[in-house]
Amino acid sequence: MSEATLSSVAGSAVVNAGRQKALRRFEIGDRIFRVATRSSAIAVLVLLGGVIVSLVQGASPALSKFGFGFLISDAWNPVTEKFGAAPAIYGTLVTSFIALLIAAPVGFGIAVFLTELCPYKLRRPIGIAVELLAGIPSIIYGIWGMFVLAPFLQAHVQPALIATFADVPGLNRLFAGPPYGIGVLTASFILAIMILPLISSISRDVFDTVPHVLKEAAFGIGCTRWEVIRSIVAPYAGVGLVGGVMLALGRALGETMAVTFVIGNAHKIHASILGPGTTISATIANEFTEADGAIYTSSLIALGLLLFLITFIVLAISRLMLMRLEGKGAR
Amino acid sequence: MSNFLRSALAAAAAFGVATSALAADISGAGATFPYPVYSKWADTYKKETGNGLNYQSIGSGGGIKQIEARTVTFGASDAPLKAADLDKKGLAQWPMVMGGIVPVVNVQGVKAGQLAVDGPTLAKIYLGEITKWNDPALAKLNPAVKLPDAAIAVVHRSDGSGTTFNFTNYLVKVSPDWASKVGSAVSVEWPVGLGAKGNEGVSNTVGVTANSIGYVEYAYAIENKMTYTDMVNHDGKRVKPETATFQSAAANADWSHAPGFYQILTDQPGAKSWPITAATFILMPKKVPDAAAAAEALKFFDWAFTKGGKQAEALDYIPMPANVVSLIRKTWANDIKDTNGKPVYQAK
Repeated sequence: MSEATLSSVAGSAVVNAGRQKALRRFEIGDRIFRVATRSSAIAVLVLLGGVIVSLVQGASPALSKFGFGFLISDAWNPVTEKFGAAPAIYGTLVTSFIALLIAAPVGFGIAVFLTELCPYKLRRPIGIAVELLAGIPSIIYGIWGMFVLAPFLQAHVQPALIATFADVPGLNRLFAGPPYGIGVLTASFILAIMILPLISSISRDVFDTVPHVLKEAAFGIGCTRWEVIRSIVAPYAGVGLVGGVMLALGRALGETMAVTFVIGNAHKIHASILGPGTTISATIANEFTEADGAIYTSSLIALGLLLFLITFIVLAISRLMLMRLEGKGAR
Repeated sequence: MSNFLRSALAAAAAFGVATSALAADISGAGATFPYPVYSKWADTYKKETGNGLNYQSIGSGGGIKQIEARTVTFGASDAPLKAADLDKKGLAQWPMVMGGIVPVVNVQGVKAGQLAVDGPTLAKIYLGEITKWNDPALAKLNPAVKLPDAAIAVVHRSDGSGTTFNFTNYLVKVSPDWASKVGSAVSVEWPVGLGAKGNEGVSNTVGVTANSIGYVEYAYAIENKMTYTDMVNHDGKRVKPETATFQSAAANADWSHAPGFYQILTDQPGAKSWPITAATFILMPKKVPDAAAAAEALKFFDWAFTKGGKQAEALDYIPMPANVVSLIRKTWANDIKDTNGKPVYQAK
């Protein structure tokens, strides 16, 4: 009996030692895993910080030379080394805004149709087609925009727009000729097509979060489909839709290649949206390689910094709105 | 933002390639305009001698930066540096090959060579003072052609470029207005027009935009079968863009009295001279850090001057005239020396 106890004690000591070894192994594994994942996460912060620091550093010669005037000046003269960001900021904001104006209603329409009205058989093909749009590289959009869309707009759409609004005060300046095909409106069209998949897929997901009980209850008291969409789905999903639109705006603001092809790359603010313009990213893509002179290069980097700030603000707002939506979902 | 990163990465990659290739190949960087002929020469040269050339066509501005930093054996630029700048940076410079810049148009019913423009008219179009194709100034130059009552879509380069440098240099010479309002540089503040990236961008934009006018290197106009125009030159004669008129402009230039070969071939005298002819230049340090690499590069350029003429002409470039080449060879012997002050290469 006592012998048995002894051997069992000795046995348990052996077992304990083995167990501790195994535990230590786990512990080391855990620690390595934690360090590895944590340093990956920190690396992102370091990268982001590094980008900000180098942007600010690169931009500081231009910003200290031009000061606040850099934001409002429309000069862009490499000969006299006078630079201002106003046309690029204006072009970036206007193309993105018009793109949203076109893409948001269409995107919501697609999402409503797919979640509420579409026959089950059609749902997948249409959904996949919309998502395929998102997979097309932006340079393809640029080439298509330049060789197909721009000549078409120049020959058919723009003359019609000019003629239609010729006698309407205000609008006749917005749609003033001559039609070049290439310009701010064409760039906005291309952007609209590019952000359409983003808007429609996010709004589809948001519409799916609307509890079925609510919709069924509404149908139960005799609401029509339109009334359900307008009074139940839309208010419930509202903030989420805005968040999705803001994400799309973030993409539109930074889009480069497709816009460079069709916007006309002119550092001018035209009253007419048919005229040529430029965006921040298009300017950098066009001019960075051949920018000689410290102030020229620094002005381009300052443009990059501005785009960074604009995009950051837009993304922050969209995060905030999506967070509010999630809070609502949990309630 | 992502663009800045992308270009930074590209620059880093280009830098890495340039330095790592230093050991084996002749390394150079710069202008995009002569890239086709340099790479053609390099191909043939490699077959004959086994020595390769690694040329990064990153643009004239980039070429100047790289040779200043001495990260490459030679730099290439379409816009020559002034003699004072060359001295300050310790660089030698010479012209390598020439080409022409031609106006191209897209007007319905107008074929290549049918239209003619002169310098002042071209300047007024690019200043936005002439806005319609049926303007009296254009009608007077082209009595035989019926031009439409349509707005002119002006197309220019959106990136910095040696082509723009030479084009605006010509406009400065022929138009006091252009000289005071815009000036000449690798990129300028354009009063009007659509910008497009690269020679190919301008030719595409002119190709798809009805009633447009642009300017491209002659080689691009020919390759893309574009509607180029004739021009009225310094002597008031109408000339076609072709090898003979480019050569005439080059022959009339006085290279021997131009320090550092600083010579811009626009608006040259001569009844047959094409008004917007341009040379592209090579830059090398006067005191080379690596004598062997510099000698290899000069050997390649010497070979190109001796044997590369036919290939250049086949690609619509114009070889340098013989008298200029002998001046250049003298420059090599006199100016480009190793750290002990001995010439690195003697042309035979």
